Amino acid sequence: MIKKILIVLFFSFNANAALEVTISQGKVEPTPIAITQIFGADSDTARYGNTLRQIISNNLTNSGLFYTVNEDLYIQSDNLVEKVPRFEDWKLIKAQFLLSADVSKNDKGIRLRMRLYDVFNAKEIEKLQLTIPDENLIRRVGHTVSDIVYERITGETGYFDTRIVYVSEIGPLDQRVKRLAIMDQDGHIDSHQFLTDGKNMVLTPRFAPNKQLITYMEYKNNLPRVYIYNLKTGEREIVGDFPGMTFAPRFSPDSQSVVMSFSDPNDSANSEIYLLDLNTRSRLQLTFDSGIDTSPSFSPDGEKIVFNSDRGGSPQLFIMDKKGNNIKRISKGRGVYGNPVWSPRGDLIAFTKLTQGNFHIGVMDVNGNNERVIVRDFALESPAWSPNGRYLIFHRQKRSNLDGTGGEVTIHFIDITGYNERVIPTPRDGSDPAWSPLL
Amino acid sequence: MLIVAGFFLASCAATNTDKGGNVDAASSSASSSSGGEITAGTQEDLIVNVGDRVFFEFDSSELTVDAQATLDAQAAWLMQYPGTNITVEGHADERGTREYNLALGDKRAFSVYSYLAQAGIDTNRMEYVSWGKERPEVIGSDETAYSQNRRGVTIVSN
Repeated sequence: MIKKILIVLFFSFNANAALEVTISQGKVEPTPIAITQIFGADSDTARYGNTLRQIISNNLTNSGLFYTVNEDLYIQSDNLVEKVPRFEDWKLIKAQFLLSADVSKNDKGIRLRMRLYDVFNAKEIEKLQLTIPDENLIRRVGHTVSDIVYERITGETGYFDTRIVYVSEIGPLDQRVKRLAIMDQDGHIDSHQFLTDGKNMVLTPRFAPNKQLITYMEYKNNLPRVYIYNLKTGEREIVGDFPGMTFAPRFSPDSQSVVMSFSDPNDSANSEIYLLDLNTRSRLQLTFDSGIDTSPSFSPDGEKIVFNSDRGGSPQLFIMDKKGNNIKRISKGRGVYGNPVWSPRGDLIAFTKLTQGNFHIGVMDVNGNNERVIVRDFALESPAWSPNGRYLIFHRQKRSNLDGTGGEVTIHFIDITGYNERVIPTPRDGSDPAWSPLL
Repeated sequence: MLIVAGFFLASCAATNTDKGGNVDAASSSASSSSGGEITAGTQEDLIVNVGDRVFFEFDSSELTVDAQATLDAQAAWLMQYPGTNITVEGHADERGTREYNLALGDKRAFSVYSYLAQAGIDTNRMEYVSWGKERPEVIGSDETAYSQNRRGVTIVSN
């Protein structure tokens, strides 16, 4: 919806090609950006301005690629939407970029005007004006503006106007109540919403790449099966209605199919990977092996599937083509591998590995080369990619104790260089995070 | 915020109650006679007089010799009470991914289910389900807890 609004009302102007921010492996020097007050003439517009400034500043800072220069240092305090900044004043406080904006009301809604300046080159590099028809869209506009600034300065696709679906957890560890929940990528409480009531256990939600759908597993009447949740209608529909457990679902890149595991009672309840066509409801068995085959994840071109199998004795990572042929093991290191997830850029596979008593989350090339660990701890799971392929989210669980304490589980964000790990706040414990595409 | 806090406290209270209940049930084999008669053909009867569960080695769904002995006794008990139906739950410890453990739990549950079926129990009386690592019996991040959690549990469902 907002996309349409923006397309209609956007007035955006690119002065020249993207300015590259230096991103070297493992060490990122955040770029200083100054963000003026977002000016509003009355109390409403001033409030919108404050909210927008906070969202934009937080987003850019949390990316690890920027930091917002402290407002107290600003020498010039003017609205710089229509007025050329005194670049010398901003250079003095070492702001490399400068964003200024204002908010006003017009007959169509709330008007936002923004200017982005390159301080060192003393010129405007981006400007936009848009009308927000409804104040409920303020947060999304803040994310969209953040994406524009991020893209303009880094040259990479943004990821701020996105959501995270996850499993909200509460209660004792042996009787955990698990609900589907969704929130903006920043975890802001105003954006947080529960999707299920906690009556049935739910696990492993994942977004469709180009639809407002989530596939996940639910224990309805104690039957663990794969479902689809429609975010537009709130409807839940069983899609893994097989005569046995279906689980580990993920959409194909065109969102037309779901790849999942099915434990067939006629095959000793051994898990095999199936592809379910959502239009025809026909299912195709892709693996045929006496070992466990699970956690399938498509390559972004839809040609290949990476999955987890213990066919060689211990759980390892394998790749096959979309019809289930040409199966090849890719994990090479020692340890127990799991949870492979193909990057949206197509070049890397994120995974978990259990070795020497610790879980590791890492990435490897699609042929298994160049494995590197990003984060290590007692219990880490469920890596999920940001839509631009630069970050991962995952969950981290503490050790639990016999008296029932411990076991807290939280959602984390990290740059795949291993830098800038942050907790994404959730009102209760959170696990199994998955990232939406750019909205 | 207050509602959330209230709910959390309520949940904690529920834990304690349940823990107390579990401890009582576990120790009932020694003290049940003083507490009252066990009704034949019930879950309590199965727990106290037969054993409701079997344990598995790490990352294995094979039935150990001990497990087979327990299941032989369960089969005899099920023959004795033909009106009982059961659900077999398969569980895993926490040292694996959620999805792999769901698969492993299903294989474990099926091992128990098919052993009982081969021992002559009508499959119409039996169901099985995997809970992966989602429902530990013992909370704790050590091998003592894990060995108790890698289990197949027979639940009398009527």
